[in-house]
Amino acid sequence: MSVLFSLRDTVVQFNGTDILRHISFELPESQLVAIVGPNGAGKSTLLSLMAGLRLQYKGRCAYRALEVSRWPRRAFAREVSFVPQTFHLEFPFSAEQVVLMGRTPYGNGLFETLEDREAVQKAMLTTDTLAFRSRDFRSLSAGEKQRVILASVLAQSPRVLLLDEPTTFLDLEHQVVVYGLLRRLCREGLLVVSVTHDLNLAGAYADRVVMLRSGEVVADADPEAVLTVENIREVFSVEVEINKTQDGRLWIVYGN
Amino acid sequence: MGIKAVTPGRFWLTTAIAAGVVLAALFVLPLIGSAHIDYWRAFAGKSPDAEILFYARIPRVLLAFLAGGVLAVAGTLFQALLRDALATPYTLGVSSGASLGAVLAISAGWQQIAGIPAVWASAFSGAAITLFLVLGLASDGRRMSSFTLLLAGITINSICLACILFIQYMANFEQSFAIVRWLLGGIDAVEYSTLAWLAVVTLPAIVYLVRRAREWNLLAVGEEWASARGVPASRLILVGYLTGSLVTGSITAFTGPIGFVGLIVPHALRLWLGADHRLLMPASFFVGAVFLAACDTVARTILAPTEIPVGVITAMMGGPFFIWLLRSKRRSLWL
Repeated sequence: MSVLFSLRDTVVQFNGTDILRHISFELPESQLVAIVGPNGAGKSTLLSLMAGLRLQYKGRCAYRALEVSRWPRRAFAREVSFVPQTFHLEFPFSAEQVVLMGRTPYGNGLFETLEDREAVQKAMLTTDTLAFRSRDFRSLSAGEKQRVILASVLAQSPRVLLLDEPTTFLDLEHQVVVYGLLRRLCREGLLVVSVTHDLNLAGAYADRVVMLRSGEVVADADPEAVLTVENIREVFSVEVEINKTQDGRLWIVYGN
Repeated sequence: MGIKAVTPGRFWLTTAIAAGVVLAALFVLPLIGSAHIDYWRAFAGKSPDAEILFYARIPRVLLAFLAGGVLAVAGTLFQALLRDALATPYTLGVSSGASLGAVLAISAGWQQIAGIPAVWASAFSGAAITLFLVLGLASDGRRMSSFTLLLAGITINSICLACILFIQYMANFEQSFAIVRWLLGGIDAVEYSTLAWLAVVTLPAIVYLVRRAREWNLLAVGEEWASARGVPASRLILVGYLTGSLVTGSITAFTGPIGFVGLIVPHALRLWLGADHRLLMPASFFVGAVFLAACDTVARTILAPTEIPVGVITAMMGGPFFIWLLRSKRRSLWL
């Protein structure tokens, strides 16, 4: 498996304070990585760093052996896609127009090509959003919005999906559907990195969990090794009980 | 009912219809006025029809077309750039800069600068100075965000307005009257060479803005949204601000500030066409052109021979129309 992201001693500062300190890890293709940690641990910063949205950093943060800051932006956007945490739209774009924006890195023309339209169709089919393609994006429910945004990054045909809490506003069914979809994309070879607060989702779906605290990686391994009673107490200051379901998935109960 | 997809067919159809309305207006509007004229006599060179048509009414309609089109496109652009539905071409201070320049020229009694009327030259310089002042304040190294641009813009705007008030307060009665007249804005018949000069500056800029419509779509959603799709937001904001301010400043130097066109035309069209700038920008240009030319025709005829400032008419005619549109469309579009 080829390595996509390679971070070594990466430091990100904001107004002189370290937000991320000496992060080092490698992320290969075909993996679903969950980033967990308490508020202010630097999860979103780490994600936006990898998304190429923060070009001022120290140390190494390479994508396919080339520093993220040196990638041509359009070429990078064809490789790496990013789903932000919040999303507010002021103007009347249809759901389909929002998805079509994902095709920007592929063409120079004023209009989308046939290939663009096919990619959009496929992405909207995958995310179950075709039913409201011409509705005003602002009129959709929070969960529908999130799926449309997911469709938009899928239309970007990326090799990497970076998601900042993709299931925050989703109902149970769509949480399971989205994570099932992310798993499937992984099997097709994508690297999926998702910030989440839901340790159960991380435990159930991720191949690997990276736990952050105060800008540092505390643990980085498979879910069972990272999501332990001790680690969670140490990092989140919460007592938990960890069980296993019959098919061997982690099941974490919060509080005592 | 929803928002229809933007296809090349729809783009050309919308643009062609809008351009057709402008052409029709070009034939109809110059005929309206206190002196009755007709085209046969005018083209036969008969006096006074020819003079009225070619030296009074047509140049005035053409200037209104240019000004209305440019202000509507600049309004659309700044609303996307700042992600603020209430943004206008004047939000970022360039027109206050132009006004300050004009007011200075009026109060100092300058007549001509380098062969062109001092008020125009001074207004254009004022716009240019404000533009770079806002830019300098808003940019932090090479980075720039919509938010700092907005803050810098409205701050400079307030300072310019305060200076204008001060100069007006200190001016004598006659100058003060001229200042007020300029600040009300208005369309005058100008020479064809002036129109050509204005068109050369503004039309290529408008074409350029339309060609980048997909990028304004991204920016209207968000800066990270654009950057994550390979379009660096700060560069785009810079380019948009410079282009939008250049065209607004050029127009304002000739017409003074004319309100409402840059606010109402983009919003009315968004209700009809959706927010995609590929349709919105060309449509804004043509509809803004017709709207201002029609308002100006009303302004010069309704109380003839007295002329009303066109800005009064844009708000009086545009306001109720927009309220009607908002109410009739509210049910089909989510608002």
